[in-house]
Amino acid sequence: MTKQKIKRSWDDRLFYILDTILLLFMILIVILPLMHVISVSLSNSGAVSAGKVLIFPVGFNLNAYKTLLNTKSITTGMTNTIYYTVMGTVLNIFMTIICAYPLSRKNLPGKKFILWIFTFTMMFGGGLIPSYLNIRNLGLLNTRWAMIIPGAMSVWNMIITRTFFMNSIPDELIEAGEIDGASDFQCFMRLVLPNSTTIIAIMALFYAVGHWNQYYTAMLYLNKPELYNLQLVLRNIIASTQALMEQTDNIAAAEKTAETIEVLKYAVIVFISLPIMLFYPFLQKYFVKGVMVGSLKG
Amino acid sequence: MAETTSRAQQVPSNRLSPARKQCRLALRRWQLYLMLLLPLIYIIIFNYIPMFGIQLAFKNYNARLGIWGSPWVGFKHFQNLFKSAMFGRLMYNTISLSLFGLIAGFFPPIILAIAINETNYPKLRKITQLVTYAPHFLSVVVVTSIVMQLLSGTGIVNTLIANAGGNTINFLGDPKKFKTIYIISGIWQGVGYDAIMYIAALTAISPELYEAATVDGANIWQRIWNVDIPSIMPTAIILLIMSTSKVLNVGFEKVYLLQNSLNQSSSEIISTYVYKMGLVNTEYGFSTAVGLFQSVVSMILLVFVNTISRKVTETSLW
Repeated sequence: MTKQKIKRSWDDRLFYILDTILLLFMILIVILPLMHVISVSLSNSGAVSAGKVLIFPVGFNLNAYKTLLNTKSITTGMTNTIYYTVMGTVLNIFMTIICAYPLSRKNLPGKKFILWIFTFTMMFGGGLIPSYLNIRNLGLLNTRWAMIIPGAMSVWNMIITRTFFMNSIPDELIEAGEIDGASDFQCFMRLVLPNSTTIIAIMALFYAVGHWNQYYTAMLYLNKPELYNLQLVLRNIIASTQALMEQTDNIAAAEKTAETIEVLKYAVIVFISLPIMLFYPFLQKYFVKGVMVGSLKG
Repeated sequence: MAETTSRAQQVPSNRLSPARKQCRLALRRWQLYLMLLLPLIYIIIFNYIPMFGIQLAFKNYNARLGIWGSPWVGFKHFQNLFKSAMFGRLMYNTISLSLFGLIAGFFPPIILAIAINETNYPKLRKITQLVTYAPHFLSVVVVTSIVMQLLSGTGIVNTLIANAGGNTINFLGDPKKFKTIYIISGIWQGVGYDAIMYIAALTAISPELYEAATVDGANIWQRIWNVDIPSIMPTAIILLIMSTSKVLNVGFEKVYLLQNSLNQSSSEIISTYVYKMGLVNTEYGFSTAVGLFQSVVSMILLVFVNTISRKVTETSLW
């Protein structure tokens, strides 16, 4: 763009000043609460309850994180979350790709109808109880499968993948393959998959973040603590200590434990979001790409 | 949805009838159908079979008899819903929460997108994008936990209020504050991400339009008003249609997680009520009826808003 060449009037200068202020304000609004949460998790519990911790740690220590790594519910939750995320994402990618590719090909009789079967489910569904009873009848309740199979594919992500196949894999490539005598399946394996690493990466991130952050499915379908994922564990810690503090009679002891538990809560919040934040630079790049691919209408 | 008109379908021209041609083509493509088999089975088992469960809305569920065997009761559950004292409150809470959310959340992403698009500092643009997208990736549990911690009696907000000499406020225990907390935290989490679509629309504007505006003597405010705003209108309208149709589908998770016995009078919405009636009180029939009512109203709203939009602005989903 040629913005630099434009001669600035007084109005324009005012705009650019306000614009910069607005952007800096937005950055602070997002960052300050997060910095506060991180700082509390790293601070001395006494300083926290005295209200001394704002956006930098006071009395820096890692005690809360040590406690957290020795808490059984958290380590179990961690293992479960990793299991659900890895297994779930692998299944998601497989299902999404084998569904999106055929629907992206030209000359597939019945394609429109099959596509409609999938997209209709985005607009209408059975609702909570029928879905719950369905999962129960299938015997998936309180099993690890409940976290993996019911969400084996997202129709929305399948449509995005299909759009990618239609726009980014040149028809000439597949036609050339067909002329060389390759079957549809060989074309897919040898020509399409090697050229689809971008969309596979995007989808892997979309799905993995979804699994990592999953709460709803876990809350509905799991009630054995040994199957809980981290989100459910965090929720229970946040919710239960509130109840716990209301019940305790011994005020001095309760205050002491309440102080450490407070810091522990912040540490769990940070801990659970850490992998997401570590991968965030990739996430950001690919998610934006994904949103763009999705917004390109065909 | 994102459907293309598959142009230039080059079927080799021979003398077969179109139907037989299609059959031959289909047979030759059996591997593609085979690939679709597993996803189709999946979608039937997990999306279409539950749709048959909707009949529960008109039945008295009996675990022994199952969904198909339970006795029909007609519209009894719906009558109970419309007559119940909860109904008015549920509708009010749900609709006001989503309408206020819609109104309050509509402009911030647009303003942010324009601000990001117009800034002269590429670094500031990058950092703003990097930072404002971040909360989108935090889980609902994390965001609601942060909200609850920061606003709790011993949290930072009340500490600051107390230090300033004010009285501490029980934010989450006050039904009047629930909507504000819900909506502001929603904007905090989503504004950056929601801006992406608008930024895409803005960067697609041809520089010639800007040049023409500058030649005509427009200052930057006028340029934004006359070039930027009209360019993002179609995107804005599509997003608005999509969110209007969801007026009754306020996300269950976040409301449920922020809900407590004190703020319940303003935080009980249709989806949390469905959950409680269904899975806590195991009134399957009634709960299914409430859920069905919600999705039917949502479908009607979507069609209605889309029709109006198509007539008024010539932008629509279909």
